[in-house]
Amino acid sequence: MTDDEREVHIEVRELTMAFGSNVIQRDLSFPVYRGDIFVIMGGSGCGKSTLLKHMLGLLEPAAGEILYTGTSFTHASSEVRDAMRRSWGITYQSGGLFSAMTLEQNISLPLQLYTDYTAAQIRDVVRYKLSLVGLGGFESYYPSEISGGMNKRAALARAIALDPQILFFDEPSAGLDPISSRLLDDLILQLTESIGATVVMVTHELPSIFAIANNSVYLDASTRTMIGYGDPKQLREHSEEAVVRQFLTRSADAGETG
Amino acid sequence: MNQPAAGFELDTDNASNTATLRLYGGWVDAASVPEFRDVRAQLTALTVDNLRFDCDELGDWTTLLMSFLLSCASYCEERGVDVDTEGLPENARRLLSIATSVPAHQRQQPAPRPWWHVRSPSEALRELLDDLRVSLAFFGDICIALGALIAGKANTRFADFRTFCYQSGPDAFAIISLTSVLVGMILGYLGAVQLQQFGAGIYVADLVTIGLLREMGPLMTAIVMAGRTGAAYAAQLGTMQASEEIDAVRTLGVSPIEFLVIPRILALVVTMPLLTIYANLLGIVGGGIVAGGMGISLLQYSSQAGAAVSIAHIGIGLLKSLVFAVLIAIAGCRSGMQSGRNSAGVGRAATEAVVTALVYLIVADASINILFQHLGI
Repeated sequence: MTDDEREVHIEVRELTMAFGSNVIQRDLSFPVYRGDIFVIMGGSGCGKSTLLKHMLGLLEPAAGEILYTGTSFTHASSEVRDAMRRSWGITYQSGGLFSAMTLEQNISLPLQLYTDYTAAQIRDVVRYKLSLVGLGGFESYYPSEISGGMNKRAALARAIALDPQILFFDEPSAGLDPISSRLLDDLILQLTESIGATVVMVTHELPSIFAIANNSVYLDASTRTMIGYGDPKQLREHSEEAVVRQFLTRSADAGETG
Repeated sequence: MNQPAAGFELDTDNASNTATLRLYGGWVDAASVPEFRDVRAQLTALTVDNLRFDCDELGDWTTLLMSFLLSCASYCEERGVDVDTEGLPENARRLLSIATSVPAHQRQQPAPRPWWHVRSPSEALRELLDDLRVSLAFFGDICIALGALIAGKANTRFADFRTFCYQSGPDAFAIISLTSVLVGMILGYLGAVQLQQFGAGIYVADLVTIGLLREMGPLMTAIVMAGRTGAAYAAQLGTMQASEEIDAVRTLGVSPIEFLVIPRILALVVTMPLLTIYANLLGIVGGGIVAGGMGISLLQYSSQAGAAVSIAHIGIGLLKSLVFAVLIAIAGCRSGMQSGRNSAGVGRAATEAVVTALVYLIVADASINILFQHLGI
């Protein structure tokens, strides 16, 4: 399918991100299509997480706007924003689970807030979501009682509690061993295929990028704008920017990779 | 879109040894979607060894169908019934296979006690003794660290000490000013009502001065500082515990008591007596305002108050403020160092710091008063 035929799910338009007079990135424009697994990549300090926070509405753009299914999120009222946010699932870098609640309470919270499920239905749904991430039986555990990788999976279970249309991940495999991180990638891939969600992910783990991403944007720290957009496997071979090819082939010198 | 309400029907065919769970309607609206307990009894009564699904008349569905299916599938598995997912929609089959791929975990450690659990007296006594032992050990650690400090071998950061002095001293001026003026006025009114009955109104000055110097000045300052600084110490150290900073200090080969606790205790020990002197002065001014309202002139009040001041009163007050400073700092730091490693733990530590400090303060104040009463000072 060509890009023209696919439905644009998220669109970033001429976005400039700045803290005061310190511009982080300028003139970012790119679409994310429905069903994409979209990766925001770039070297350390280029503003990947900042871009994610702008997409989530945790930070406000200095210029430009972000649209979801054609509606501007940037210019929406706070009620409209909350309604849009309800169709998103977000997992934060360190999980973001509420440490004073058990896993069951963590995952029931969005269900209690935004659905009219009965108590028995909520219990069953929580069990199902935890089973999906391989944590069946861990309902009564607190986040501090389980490992870091399990925390990330539990955070994913909370993110998919409301069957979101968009899933955001901030460095999902940061701090995980290669096997756990691979299992998490597989899980993200299987789940999003099955529930048909669009995924936006910040990461610089090359194995993850090539394993699951089918679209991406590369933010450059020195020019402070995007210098690559497209399937990362294509970018690795055919990007016109040497920096992007270097990043994707992990080489320190542009000459070696040609 | 109008679709029939959600429902299910379980048919058993003994000839093929198979039961069929027929699902129909739209499984979207939470109010009309069946719950697992509706089908549980029928599944329990099954006499066959296989379960299959028929979804020909199934409409739209959401997570509610999936949680229902997972409950059915795991219940059947427990009872030794084979589940054939062939009849389910493609997506549902995939999700169910992901959900059942990892067997459910059996909790190893005992589940937390329910909130209505009542502790037995022996259990409560054991907890109290444990708590006492931990407190004594902490106090011992502090003594060892102080010994090291005096010997010049302690790794104490004096840059921190200056910061803590500022936080617990000048930063507290505003609230101490307000409370001490008001306490002075309260003492003044209290005395005025009683003393005027005997025509001894002028002795309000004595009552306010002695009351503040010996008792209310140190105690009120200590209560404010317990709420302000003691809780802050517990929250700081608790957060450091939660973010593994205290572990980092330990693995650097530095005693966290020397590095983190000693500067905090010393800062309070330095600032509390100074704050107490300041509170006493403002309290006497507050009492003077009340005395002025009773028609006692400023000159009368100040000479009467000046005559009431003695080295013994000032000394006892300052001794108390030193003891209180140590107690508040120890209560705050102990709660912080032993805090749980999450946000709820830090909250508990801050509460515990203030409550323990207040109990320590009242007990210490009473003990010192009894002691000096018997000594006749």
